[in-house]
This record gives sequence, C-alpha cells and structure tokens, in this order.
Amino acid sequence: MATQVPLKTEAPVQVSLPNGPAAAALLAGGIGAAVLGIVTTLAAASEAVADLLRWSQAVGPLSGKVGVTIIVYLVSWAILYFAWRGKNVNFNTVATVSFILLAIGLLGTFPPFFDLFAPE
Amino acid sequence: MEFTDREVWTIIHGMGFGAVFLLAFAGGLAELYGMRPEWMTAEGMQTRVRRMKTGLWIMVIAVWLTVISGTFIVYPWYRAAPPEGTSDLSAYPRSLLLSDPTTAGWHRFGMEWKEHVGWLAPIAATVVAAVLTYYGPEIARRVGERRVVAIFFIVAFLTAAAAGAFGAFITKAAPVY
Repeated sequence: MATQVPLKTEAPVQVSLPNGPAAAALLAGGIGAAVLGIVTTLAAASEAVADLLRWSQAVGPLSGKVGVTIIVYLVSWAILYFAWRGKNVNFNTVATVSFILLAIGLLGTFPPFFDLFAPE
Repeated sequence: MEFTDREVWTIIHGMGFGAVFLLAFAGGLAELYGMRPEWMTAEGMQTRVRRMKTGLWIMVIAVWLTVISGTFIVYPWYRAAPPEGTSDLSAYPRSLLLSDPTTAGWHRFGMEWKEHVGWLAPIAATVVAAVLTYYGPEIARRVGERRVVAIFFIVAFLTAAAAGAFGAFITKAAPVY
C-alpha cells in the first residue's frame, strides 16, 4: 500500500511577536510622508518659510524640506519604537492613521494642490 | 561616443539606482503576495523570507541613493540660474523650460512634482523592509500587517515611477549637460 505523502505542510509559524515595533515603523513612515507634504505646502505659501528651508544654496528650499522630513521621520521612529517595543497596540488604528498621514504627504507634494496656497 | 560627468550622474541616478528599485518591484510584490502559510512549507517560508529581506533592503538602499543623488548632485545642475544676459539656455534646463510657454509645464508640474513625491518612495519602502525584517516568517500569519505593507510597497513604487517617468520626459525636453 502506497504511503500518502502530503504535497506541502503548513508552516509552523506562531503569532507571538508584539506588534509595537512594526506599528512604530509604520506610523513613523506616515509621519515622515505627512511632514514632507506639509513643509512643501508651507514653502509654497510663504517665501519666508522657503528661505528658512534653503539649507543649501545649490539645492534651494528642497534641501530643507527633505532635511526636516528625514529628521522628523527618524526621530519619531526612534521615539515610537522605544515607547512601543515589547507592547501590542491597536494595529488597525495605527494603520488607518498612517494611511491618512501618507495621503497628506501625497496631497501636499502635488503641485496643483500646493500651488493653491502660493502668493499671487 | 562619450558622456559628460553630468550625464554620467544622471544615468547613475535614473538608470542605475532608480531602475534597480523599479525593476525589482514586481518580484518583491509577487514574493509578498505569495507569503501565505497555506501555500508554503516551513522550510520554503524561511527561504522566501530570507530572500525577500535581502531583496527589500537592496531596494531600500537603491531608492535612498536615487533620491539623494538626484536631489544633491543632479538637481543643482538642473536649477542653476544662468548669468545675466545669457541667451543660450541649453546649459540651464530649468530656465530653458520656463523660457517657453509650451515647455514651462514640464517644470511647473513635472519637475515640481518629481522633486517632492520621489522622496515618499524611500520612506514607504523602508517601512516595508522594517516590518518584514521585524516579523520574519511570522508575517505570513499577519494578514492585516501584510496587506498594509503591500499598500505601502505599491505607494513606494508608484511615487518612484512618477518621479522616474517625469525625470525621463524632462531629460528629453531639457537635458542636463
């Protein structure tokens, strides 16, 4: 009698890791995206803000926009990671907030949107 | 047949780093989609996760290098202001585009969008790589997390693709020499 050999076995992976660190990475990504959208729109709306963001003369205000974004992104990731490591958080809520923040980033970096705030 | 230093950097930025990220996306998404416990053995899962981690971090490094080289090396050549009285604007792509109403949109919409939205790609891609690295094979049983990560991955691709496409169009309209 032939022995039946299963074609595949289910991976014995258990859900055991707390979701805090993953949620921290996700939310920080959303925050980074939103910050880029906000500073881009602010720079379009105000020449004074654009000048403040001119960290490099060659690159112009874009240097400050991405600089602020990266700093806020990394700092928020570090803070959230240490606050949430070893913990479980409501992942659905974090994901929803992250998507909203990501949408703010996408909207704020879209020229027809930020041009609405540009001075005449 | 030769390239100037500036052309070499635009090639490294777009056809090098940028292309690595965009071309690898389909494979990464397929790997992520197929990461289901009911489809795989434990050994297969371990192998797939290891391969995916390596691939994702290569993509993350490539897309960060794309935006950094684009913003801090190529972009200053693009936006350089011509000296007063310059009539030949071919060495000043931004000014060249803005000098003609039929090409000004390439800067006002194309470049303005590209230079900003491109930076969302490395952030979104880093989220994907970080979450997958953290969970490892456990991501297979985390259906919600896997879906969220897939959406971030698609956003990373679309933003990079938009930036890449406009980069190619703008380079055709006003090359950086």
